[in-house]
Amino acid sequence: MTAAAKPLSFQALIMRLNQYWGDLGCVILQPHDEQVGAGTLHPATVLRALGPKSWNAAYVQPSRRPGDGRYGENPNRLQHYYQYQVILKPNPANMQDLYLGSLEAIGLDLKLHDIRFVEDDWENPTVGAWGLGWEVWCDGMEVSQYTYFQQVGGLDVFPVAGELTYGLERLAMYVFGVDNVYDLPFNDPDSPLGARSYGDVFLENERQHSEANFHGYDVEVLKRQFEDMERQVPLMLARNYQNKALVLPAYDMVLKASHLFNLMNARGAIAVAERASYIGRIRDLCKLCAQAWVDQQEDAA
Amino acid sequence: MPQLLLELFSEEIPARMQGNAARDLERMARDGLAKAGLISEGLKAFAGPRRLTLVVEGLPIAQPDVSEEVKGPRVGAPDQAMDGFLRKTGLTREALVERDGVFFGQIHKTGRPTAEIIAELVEQIVRGFAWPKSMTWGTGKLRWVRPLQRILCVFNREIVPLEIDGIVAGDLSEGHRFMAETRVFRARDFTEYEDALRGHFVILDVEERKQRILEGARTLCFARGLELVEDEGLLDEVAGLAEWPTPILGDMDPAFLDLPPEVIRTSMRTHQKYFAVRTPGTDNVGTSADKTGTLAPHFLVVANIEAPDGGKAIALGNAKVLSSRLSDARFFWSEDIKDGFEPWLKKLNGVTFHAKLGTMAERVERIVALAREIAPLVGADPDKAAEAARLAKADLTSQMVGEFPELQGVMGGYYAREFGLDPEIADAIRDHYRPQGPGDAVPTAPLSVAVALADKLDTLVGFWAINEKPTGSKDPYALRRAALGGIRIEQDANVRVELVALFERHFDRVDEQIFQAELARKQAAGGAFVLGRGKSGGTVRERELLAFFADRLKIALKDQGKRGDLVDAVFALGDDDLVRIVTRVDALSAFLASEDGTNLLQGYKRASNILKAEEKKGDLPTGAPARVAEPAEEGALYDALAANTPKLDAALAAEDFTGAMTALAALRGPVDAFFDKVLVNSEVAAERDNRLRLLQQVRDAMGRVADFSMVTG
Repeated sequence: MTAAAKPLSFQALIMRLNQYWGDLGCVILQPHDEQVGAGTLHPATVLRALGPKSWNAAYVQPSRRPGDGRYGENPNRLQHYYQYQVILKPNPANMQDLYLGSLEAIGLDLKLHDIRFVEDDWENPTVGAWGLGWEVWCDGMEVSQYTYFQQVGGLDVFPVAGELTYGLERLAMYVFGVDNVYDLPFNDPDSPLGARSYGDVFLENERQHSEANFHGYDVEVLKRQFEDMERQVPLMLARNYQNKALVLPAYDMVLKASHLFNLMNARGAIAVAERASYIGRIRDLCKLCAQAWVDQQEDAA
Repeated sequence: MPQLLLELFSEEIPARMQGNAARDLERMARDGLAKAGLISEGLKAFAGPRRLTLVVEGLPIAQPDVSEEVKGPRVGAPDQAMDGFLRKTGLTREALVERDGVFFGQIHKTGRPTAEIIAELVEQIVRGFAWPKSMTWGTGKLRWVRPLQRILCVFNREIVPLEIDGIVAGDLSEGHRFMAETRVFRARDFTEYEDALRGHFVILDVEERKQRILEGARTLCFARGLELVEDEGLLDEVAGLAEWPTPILGDMDPAFLDLPPEVIRTSMRTHQKYFAVRTPGTDNVGTSADKTGTLAPHFLVVANIEAPDGGKAIALGNAKVLSSRLSDARFFWSEDIKDGFEPWLKKLNGVTFHAKLGTMAERVERIVALAREIAPLVGADPDKAAEAARLAKADLTSQMVGEFPELQGVMGGYYAREFGLDPEIADAIRDHYRPQGPGDAVPTAPLSVAVALADKLDTLVGFWAINEKPTGSKDPYALRRAALGGIRIEQDANVRVELVALFERHFDRVDEQIFQAELARKQAAGGAFVLGRGKSGGTVRERELLAFFADRLKIALKDQGKRGDLVDAVFALGDDDLVRIVTRVDALSAFLASEDGTNLLQGYKRASNILKAEEKKGDLPTGAPARVAEPAEEGALYDALAANTPKLDAALAAEDFTGAMTALAALRGPVDAFFDKVLVNSEVAAERDNRLRLLQQVRDAMGRVADFSMVTG
């Protein structure tokens, strides 16, 4: 294989990845409509990784890290950014080659750049998940996270699912040789309808949300909402429709709780000692969903 | 002779696991072959980023045949017995021979083909391999460190038929991911294999990869008038990250050189795995107190490919990443110097040191008290020592140390200078974690010694107080390292302190803090009544901790070539001043190396054996011996003791242990002569008692120098 020509814009890069993984047979999904901290949390990954059924999907997921907001002043750090997520279950034997093919598809010449698989044991305690894999480095920069899921929601993943996460802004900055994320060409710079930079699209968003994250939200309200969500999850799981517990809505509640926790954390409203307990509470909810999901998969199988 | 070649080809193996994996593979193969009676001429294992390889030279083609004689029935035994024997052994009646009225047969066991045994052994090795962390993949159940892709297994140029969880062994392997024209190649023996690997841009042997990196890096640096900052640990790591390691020299924005050199090096090393580069003839790149340092504005990265543009794109890409890392570091620096020590100290209240030992702020309180106490012993100002100790841990809450934990202390030192604090205090903050290992230097400035020692002793006393002592190979709080560090500091700085009393006062501080915390907790919970704090009786904990020190000291002295038994002999006296103990051990060691010493030791043993035997019969006679004229040797020993015991005591009081040994040496002649000529067990009770009194005096005199009964040889 040889590298394709470079895409011309951020959006073109995303379309290349969609094209590449779509051509390989993945379901190309749109983002999940909940606020999440990482693409992994999309039910298409967390839930579909579990159970015996195969599943191959790729999607862009906006990810929110309220504490990383810098009012648009830091060239590398955003409180809202995009991850590109691929999940292949069971992971095909040639998954590394498929991944490298995707880098070529976005214009990276693998004979000219130094690609390395550097040990990284991934874990996400809020969803009780861990796996083994690597950070993938391109010329010393981490461009992707590559993980073979071993457990999710505290349950063994079998068949094993392979997960790829590309930090899209960072990858694009590398591909386009741009030092400031806000300078990324969002669409084709020669577009007859006018060139738009990443900053044109998102700078104001970063400013407003940074202020909201650090100072805007009312902590008491966040806390109450968190507890509301926490209460709703078991109720939702206790409810059936056609003999199935309402796992998918319940899991959305978990995502909401998780985002509320991130907001409280960014507000500095969570003491160090409380942190672990909050994470534990979210993990317990997630485990309930994971178990209910697996039960449904097995009933169907 | 036939050769075995095995390669386990997988996805990228973590660099830190490769060395042990090669050793484990070699050991498992050697043991397995030996167990099957297969002796080889040599065996070697290799590990790299994507493969574990084993080559075994000179194996036999099959196990040796074995022949063994079996005893059959007696001559004239019933037919059933004979039939049963023949059935069991598969022998025929004609093959048996008769000897002394019993039938015997020869059973031949043909050795199994080696290939069969290899097939079993390989499966055993793969399934039983002890990776620190392993995983499953796809739909399989097999565990390996990362997905196992291929097995190459050839014996005597033939493929060994074997299959493990769907992976069928063959004679195929793969070369470099990106550089090789054709990815897969075939190999039937080790020479073919190694050549094919090289032809496919893979260097098999980690030592050769390291050599290639070092030579390449040095050459690149030399050509630019620069020098590589060598780093053994980093070299090991990068040699495990590239199959075709290719050093590339990149440029760093010189504006970053205003950052502390430790920050630049740590950022390069831990985040990017780059080597630092310096201007030749300087080694001032990590211990410098002064911010400029002499790092050169370059870095050396080890890539995995030789790119057609000579690595230009790779160097540029890496330079960009480094710039953004160092920009972060500069951001941390500028944020940190806005804060200052006092806000950091407040934050230490929120940092737990250990659930049972309270917060880092509480630990600081204890170290302050201890540093103040130690300061006068090492010629440091107590107030300054207390201030240095108070500030020593503040940098733990700075942003820079949050990002680079290994820079704790070092950053505190820099910030202290930046804030205009006393340079001695800045140095003490910087050096108080030292020595961090056997290769690390010991602080020498008095103030630094006081704080560094206080830091280690607080750790030890603290964990001892909550009963978290090291057991076996488990030492989660690195208490052995702390004790060894304390010993080295005391020895180097000649710190004269009676440890038991010092420990006792510090145990009190720890107990008091734990008690107060408990009290506060109970009061907060509405408890009205709290029992007073009991004081633990005696100095059991202190003595135990001292014994822990003794063990460490023994190891330290052994490393210096000194005898462990002499440390025991001196420790048995109950001394708790490490400096004095070492001086005693040295004097004792010199004495025992002399002829007088070895002879006197024999004399001591004789005296002590006689006394022990007599003690079993009844109490030894008490009181002072009398001087007798006859036999002359008995009188001479009396005189020698009378003349030398005061000298011995004076020397000991003056801590002149060489002098004490000289006084003992004077006893050697009279003791030898006494044993030569005088019968201790005289039939005359008065004579016997007097002689036993003399021997007790000899034993007591020597016992003031060391417990000679613990000296071996």
